[in-house]
Amino acid sequence: MAHITVTVDGTSYSGEVEPRKLLVHWLREDIGRVGTVVGCDTSNCGACTVLLNGRSVKSCSVLAVQADGSEVTTIQGLSDGSEWHPVQTAFKECHGLQCGYCTPGMVMATVDLLSENPKPSEQEIREGLEGNLCRCTGYHNIVKSVSYAADLMSAGPTKGAK
Amino acid sequence: MTAALDTDTALGKPIRRKEDAHLLHGQTNWTDNIQLPGTVHMAILRSPMAHAKITKLDVSGALKQPGVVAAYGAKELGELNGGVPCVWPVTDDIKMPAFPALAIDKVRQVGDCVAVVLATSVAAAVDALDAIEVSYETLPAVTDMEAALTSGSALVHDEIETNACYVYKMPCGDYEASRAKADVVVARRFINQRLIPTFMEPRSVVAAPMGMSDEITIWSSTQIPHVLRVLLALVTGIPENNLRVIAPDVGGGFGGKLQCYREEILVTNLAKKLGRPVKWTETRSENMVATHHGRDQIQDIEIAATKDGKILGLKVTLLANMGAYLQIITPGVPLLGMFMYPAIYKMDSYDFTCTGVFTNKTPTDAYRGAGRPEATYAIERIIDELAAEIGMEPMELRKKNWITHEEFPYTTVAGLTYDTGNYEAATEKALAMFDYDGLRAEQARRRASGDPVQLGIGISTFTEMCGLAPSRTLGALKYVAGGWEHCTVRALPTGKIEVVTGTSPHGQGHETAWSQIASSILGVPVEDIEVIHSDTGRSPYGMDTYGSRSLAVGGQAIKAASERLVEKARLIAAHQLECSAADLEFVNGSFHVKGDPSKSQALGAVAFEAFTAHNLPPGVEPTLQAEATIDPEDFSYPHGTHLAAMEVDTETGQVKLRKYVCVDDVGIQVNPMIVEGQVHGGVAQGIAQALFEGAEYDEDGNLLTASLADYLIPSAADLPSFDTGTTVTPSTSHPLGTKGVGEAGAIASTPAIINGIVDALRHLGVNDVAMPASPQTVWRTIQAAKAGAK
Repeated sequence: MAHITVTVDGTSYSGEVEPRKLLVHWLREDIGRVGTVVGCDTSNCGACTVLLNGRSVKSCSVLAVQADGSEVTTIQGLSDGSEWHPVQTAFKECHGLQCGYCTPGMVMATVDLLSENPKPSEQEIREGLEGNLCRCTGYHNIVKSVSYAADLMSAGPTKGAK
Repeated sequence: MTAALDTDTALGKPIRRKEDAHLLHGQTNWTDNIQLPGTVHMAILRSPMAHAKITKLDVSGALKQPGVVAAYGAKELGELNGGVPCVWPVTDDIKMPAFPALAIDKVRQVGDCVAVVLATSVAAAVDALDAIEVSYETLPAVTDMEAALTSGSALVHDEIETNACYVYKMPCGDYEASRAKADVVVARRFINQRLIPTFMEPRSVVAAPMGMSDEITIWSSTQIPHVLRVLLALVTGIPENNLRVIAPDVGGGFGGKLQCYREEILVTNLAKKLGRPVKWTETRSENMVATHHGRDQIQDIEIAATKDGKILGLKVTLLANMGAYLQIITPGVPLLGMFMYPAIYKMDSYDFTCTGVFTNKTPTDAYRGAGRPEATYAIERIIDELAAEIGMEPMELRKKNWITHEEFPYTTVAGLTYDTGNYEAATEKALAMFDYDGLRAEQARRRASGDPVQLGIGISTFTEMCGLAPSRTLGALKYVAGGWEHCTVRALPTGKIEVVTGTSPHGQGHETAWSQIASSILGVPVEDIEVIHSDTGRSPYGMDTYGSRSLAVGGQAIKAASERLVEKARLIAAHQLECSAADLEFVNGSFHVKGDPSKSQALGAVAFEAFTAHNLPPGVEPTLQAEATIDPEDFSYPHGTHLAAMEVDTETGQVKLRKYVCVDDVGIQVNPMIVEGQVHGGVAQGIAQALFEGAEYDEDGNLLTASLADYLIPSAADLPSFDTGTTVTPSTSHPLGTKGVGEAGAIASTPAIINGIVDALRHLGVNDVAMPASPQTVWRTIQAAKAGAK
């Protein structure tokens, strides 16, 4: 067992962890942050995407011990619930989710995509989200959501309020 | 007196979804999120063999591993080894071999359950699987349907002495007479390949004895909590009244969670036996072999016509792969397609035969469209082939043969009566959105110049039968359940409304749409209405969600229950306002005395009177609620025209979708935003069948596409945006005028894509391309056509 300390959504968690344990399993099983989900076992689906020190990672491809000393942001920490993140607002407004299972990963990947490229074209959005699979929407409204989120974010922080 | 639908209400508006807030904040309740104290986790030892005798199975080693609580093979499990049920014995002489949850003596598919370990953590349970001693004696695997039916084939089930599960025939009219009269007969064999539903949330089930009673609560990632409760009671022998089934947040299904799975049976029985919560969540790799698959038919189709394009008759002969066992409606899926091969076309005769075939593969069952995508694919492909054969423009051939809007209601050669439709209007709109003539001109230019990148235009003019279903029809087809739906509407004393539905959403947005229907009748704002669903403890009656039935059937129950509630409220309001019920009009949620605007009572006030019951009219019981259980009069028949334009690189085989236009007629729309989303998702899945997906097995029966690294579901980068439009021809057999929409896109889009690829390459001698039409497949098809032409 290894001892790790990780800040998740603003709260510091410490504990013993098996070296083989994946970050996503640690988040879900050890500290109860179950908003982040598992969709596959080959790192293809991206449902488990979180921000690790501000950049998106598939939390199934990071060991919990590798996250020691890091800051993790999950879908549960993106906003405080009263004020929505513009990406969350955009996904609701554009019907960018149906069953919602890919949504945590899709939203976190979008946050990272827009931080790198604040005004992506449709093609850049499609390629930027290539690592996140959705089975419900056919991606049409996800692409619209990302584009709309970019508009909201360029218009200033208060536009994201919902 | 019934409450009229007020068109100036929430109905028909693209209201943003109530469901989204919790899903967008990770405040979700997926089954795998449930962590009850004392839970033991189940891990499953699955067969790596497609067909083998189990020569040794010893689970005792697993019991010595850390954290292990119990381990069972079929022998140790004994009578708790329940059988997976099939509720659709399609013929009197159908062969229905046993399907025990844990394999007994033999395994018949890769992924068959052989033994289970229960431990205090998932990791401990999985680790302990290695300590189970098991050995197999390999038997020849049955993987090819045609070979399976030859004498001397190995048998999937020895005791039934054949691999033929059933033969179903439906002769309509005299096809041989039509054929004799025909100038042209075109025959093709299409392979409708095996697909894996691949919903994003893997299956998960938790069962817990609740301690204070005999109740066992089962949380399952299922589409059918109500049906599952009945089936689990029958399979496990636990009294139905002691079972409560809850489908919490469910992450997609597409038919794949319309099932009573062996893992659900095992978890339920073991929770009862061990007296503590038992949990199992599948890995994606387990999902690929152990969740039922879809499609997998060999379709021989023959169309007889005159030389000027009048269709006379159609003959369809199917081999339908059942896989190794029959699950909930495995045998019936091809029959849902049976009625739809004649589609929108008029003809004199239709001859249908389907043989269900056992093979050593994962069982098939419902996958988005269930039988109708297969039918639509075959008919829309053969129509294009007939057009090519007689040298007719493919859309003109369709127009010549389709049912015109004046001819509805129309009884088809297959015996269905389509209530309404307007194929002309949908097609005209689609052609205009698509710029059909402009694209045909570009196609001609590319042909003339010998452009290595050719343009293909694919057409699919489809209809489908959905809204499962009139109970009497299901009974006639030997389906062992009804097709009704239930709703209870309660007006609470504080003015809030509860709509209790028997439908069970897993992404469709029922909470929003059902609120809109109730709001339009009760005059109560959408936000004051709560939709209660997917829990047999809170919504005791229902037939759940599949077959595009939830709005088409469940919507009717919401309408009827809401109207009944208004009528009860009217009696109370009349008593309060000291007038006769007939003198009241109900507008925007309040009763008004006609001619006296000062006298009125809001529904919420009536609900409070019904709660206190201090001053109710004689004969009226306290509380304000009403219920309705509605059996639909008929199926609903959505239709539409889908057009696809694609560039096909004749040098690389690459297909690039350039434009996708669809105009769907799903009748009255409760929420057009949700309708459009359903069409997008369905179209994407249909395109995926045409271009990307296919469950591939080797000759030993190993699934080669057993992970998301090998089974290609499209990403955002693989698909275009879609141009969607609608026409609205209300259904007359459904009181709301609605039809279903959940499956329409998946039914329509596959043939549009393949027709387009063939259209791009027909001048090279190509008249078919196999699915999925990967660059390699397309390139090889071109090379074969070129070689054949020499």
